[in-house]
Amino acid sequence: MIKFLYAAYAVTWIIHLSYLAILGRGFKRVKDERRELGRK
Amino acid sequence: MKSKLSIFGCLVLALLGYAYYLGMYAAPTEATMGDVQRIFYYHVPSAWTAFLCFFANFVASIVYLFHRGRRADALALATAEVGVVFCTVVLVTGPLWARPVWGIWWTWDARLTSTLILWLIYVSYLILRKFSSGGQTPVLAAALAVFGFIDVPIVYLSIRFFRTQHPQPVIGGGEGSGLDPVMAKALLVNWLAFLVLAVFVLALRYRLERLRQRLEEAHLLREEEAGAHEQAIEPQPVFEPGRRA
Repeated sequence: MIKFLYAAYAVTWIIHLSYLAILGRGFKRVKDERRELGRK
Repeated sequence: MKSKLSIFGCLVLALLGYAYYLGMYAAPTEATMGDVQRIFYYHVPSAWTAFLCFFANFVASIVYLFHRGRRADALALATAEVGVVFCTVVLVTGPLWARPVWGIWWTWDARLTSTLILWLIYVSYLILRKFSSGGQTPVLAAALAVFGFIDVPIVYLSIRFFRTQHPQPVIGGGEGSGLDPVMAKALLVNWLAFLVLAVFVLALRYRLERLRQRLEEAHLLREEEAGAHEQAIEPQPVFEPGRRA
């Protein structure tokens, strides 16, 4: 029974952390594009 | 701005830690389900937070349809995305709670089905925004969001109007409903923690979208400038006396 509780808890944080990682990648891409635009 | 976000992030972590302590240790163990009932402390707050995100998306979409402001559009996109993240948590933790308690992972009752439809509506909203490249995409997405929001009250009311496998409401559910005060405190603190987390993530997503919009504007401006420059250096027809056009 308790394994379901821990699984639900782990999945919740995997989803949130994955989304934060996607946002981090988005910020990096925008930063790179801005640098590229400034160079042109 | 960065330091403000860092301080806000630390506050979110502290609140989430306290909420975890309340949900996992301080709240009493439920008599029939045992410890697995503690999934309740992040399943329910995630659902309420998703509903609020979709409501914010609904308001931002209406504002966008009337004023066509890019800030409203960015806010609509950010709230839909964060709402989908929280709704995904609900759809994953629900079956993990259902399996040990009901003996099944899923059933097509009114609450579960309407929640899945809600998730699909907002996923299609995000797909539309991601893969459609026409100038009318934000308008179409805003219209979809306004109609899509109709499913939120349906999800909320489904356990009041239909007999479902999903439990009846424990808060505001009429006679016989209600929570132990310590459980109610754990639930509300967890909701507050998830709400603050949602605001934090929304602030990040909104900022990212505004940066993207400015970058897009800068690209367009650069292209216009390049076009004007090309026109300026285009050779003009030379006037030759005596020659007919």
